[in-house]
Amino acid sequence: MNLTVRVFASYADALGANTATISVSEPATVGAVRAAVAALSPSLPPRPLIAVNEEYATDDVTVNATDDVAVIPPVAGG
Amino acid sequence: MSRSGIVTAPIDVDAIVNEVRAPGNGAIATFLGTVRNRSDSRTVVSLEYSAYTGMANREMEAIVREAIALAPGVQIVAVHRVGNLDVGDTCVMIAAAHPHRGPAFDACRYAIEEIKKRVPIWKRERYADGSTVWIEACATDSHRTPINA
Repeated sequence: MNLTVRVFASYADALGANTATISVSEPATVGAVRAAVAALSPSLPPRPLIAVNEEYATDDVTVNATDDVAVIPPVAGG
Repeated sequence: MSRSGIVTAPIDVDAIVNEVRAPGNGAIATFLGTVRNRSDSRTVVSLEYSAYTGMANREMEAIVREAIALAPGVQIVAVHRVGNLDVGDTCVMIAAAHPHRGPAFDACRYAIEEIKKRVPIWKRERYADGSTVWIEACATDSHRTPINA
């Protein structure tokens, strides 16, 4: 399935957009999403976290087409 | 009443302190994060904070709930500003009030440490020469991605 994911900060700059569309086979997992995102560009920073429906999710979590998926680069608030 | 959130307007420190001021609260611990003018020996002229706002609000609400569980009876307000900030501006504020200072300090410290670890907020430093860099993991240069302005 095709999945549009939110991207932020350095990822948004590297990809030139606030979202990215990736293709993952079903049943899809967060780990598969992470790998597909990494394949979009060689210049992406390493080790992003993935959020599903606004909560951090581990690699084994299943992702559905209707989920709100976001790529979270290392955070730097404060 | 405790609350938290991502804000765009300047943080009014006195107003937030007064939100948690109460006759029964003998202690108010506050933390302010302010924009620093130096980063790895470079001169910073301004910072741009951006957030995944929906998730950032949820994470901050969770952190406030956890701080209250850690220090029962505490009243806490936690806000983080996003947008373009100048050197010296307040970017984050915690105010934690309690009858006694120990739980107030504990809740305040817990909240700022967790905000820095978990809340999806990013900052881009702008330097005197016009170049900008996204600060990621705010620890070592290996995490930084130079972007030419």
